[in-house]
Amino acid sequence: MIEFRLDPRSGVPTYLQLVLQVKQALRLGMLHPGDQLPTVKEVVATLAINPNTVLKAYRELDREGLAEGRRGQGTFIAAKNAIAPPDRSGLAAGLVRWIRQAQSAGCDEDDVVALFAAATHEVFGTHQDFGRRSA
Amino acid sequence: MSAAVTVEQVSKRYGARWALQDCTLEVPTGSVTALVGPNGAGKTTLLHLLVGLTEPTEGRVSVLGASPRTDPTHVLPRIGFVAQDHPLEPRFRVDEMLAVGRRLNPRWDESLARDWLRERQIPLADRVGALSGGQRAQVALALAIAKRPEVMVLDEPAAALDPLARREFLQSLMEAVAERELTVLMSSHLLADLERVCDHLVVLAAGGVQLVGPIDEIAASHRLLVGPPGDEQAVARVHQVVHARHTPRQTTLLVRANGHVYDARWQIEDVALEDVVLAYLQRRPDQEVAA
Repeated sequence: MIEFRLDPRSGVPTYLQLVLQVKQALRLGMLHPGDQLPTVKEVVATLAINPNTVLKAYRELDREGLAEGRRGQGTFIAAKNAIAPPDRSGLAAGLVRWIRQAQSAGCDEDDVVALFAAATHEVFGTHQDFGRRSA
Repeated sequence: MSAAVTVEQVSKRYGARWALQDCTLEVPTGSVTALVGPNGAGKTTLLHLLVGLTEPTEGRVSVLGASPRTDPTHVLPRIGFVAQDHPLEPRFRVDEMLAVGRRLNPRWDESLARDWLRERQIPLADRVGALSGGQRAQVALALAIAKRPEVMVLDEPAAALDPLARREFLQSLMEAVAERELTVLMSSHLLADLERVCDHLVVLAAGGVQLVGPIDEIAASHRLLVGPPGDEQAVARVHQVVHARHTPRQTTLLVRANGHVYDARWQIEDVALEDVVLAYLQRRPDQEVAA
């Protein structure tokens, strides 16, 4: 089970923060197919947010095929979902090697983040604000 | 989504002063709607119209399909009202307050009230006057919830509470929404809280409705444009300029964007809901916009 958190200053809508946290947990292998997500009441009780917001997040995950609601039981990670945790060990180790290399070349953390953002933009063509959207 | 509350072209005059002028809005069934505005904007007047404490000078108010003034036996038992400052009788014990609620309300659920207060560790034998502000707010909420209402109307319910009591109060209110398909309309000054708990927003200023709609849509459609001075007209032809600030070097526009903003001359930024609301609060009354 994961626990949601909220960053009220992020500017990212609340329901989307919940969606992104589930996706992130899937990517990191913290959630697996069949795992149950917190019930609406549990999320409401921990975060003091509107239950409609939680339902909206779960509907969005359902629409993207990542989770499915089971009547009377709750919401579960779908058996076949598009986000499988990649073979992270190799990739992560490679990334750590690269960051060490950047560090010995005189880069500080901000430089590394800026380089990473520029490189992802070159490959994916999207703008990610790595500084803010840590969700 | 159908509307639990409908306000059509409502005006309310007290003597020579108009508290509300030509207000039109809907509160969708099942929504948690925030009513935001400065002091004196007419928030309390609007809420009192919904619970039948006063009647409109002009226009029509309907709650759950009927008028709270002309059809009170149909409407009032189905509305829970938490008034500003939670007016409870300080000399009564909590269980005596419940007894009052039981006598006055045909749909009263005594065990719901008692369980609700027990879960929140509020002693039923204590006098109301001896409770903390947060506990009094919880008692006021329990009294409203025990009516098993379909619509809850709350006037500044958390304004006087400390941050922890405020969070606990909103938690309780949201649990009630999760358990029993309530429609909620609450007025508040506390924008940060509203963003957390509300999904719809009504901005009231100078006696009129300045902005109404789903919070996600409002947040998604407003942008801050920063650019060279004097280019405002071109933007205003496509998008709606809510608020403009000018310096000799720079123009800053808060716009309600009509689709995407594509213009290389402007730096485009997301805006926090709080800044959107503040921009509408600064507008003149003749600039109304509906979502």
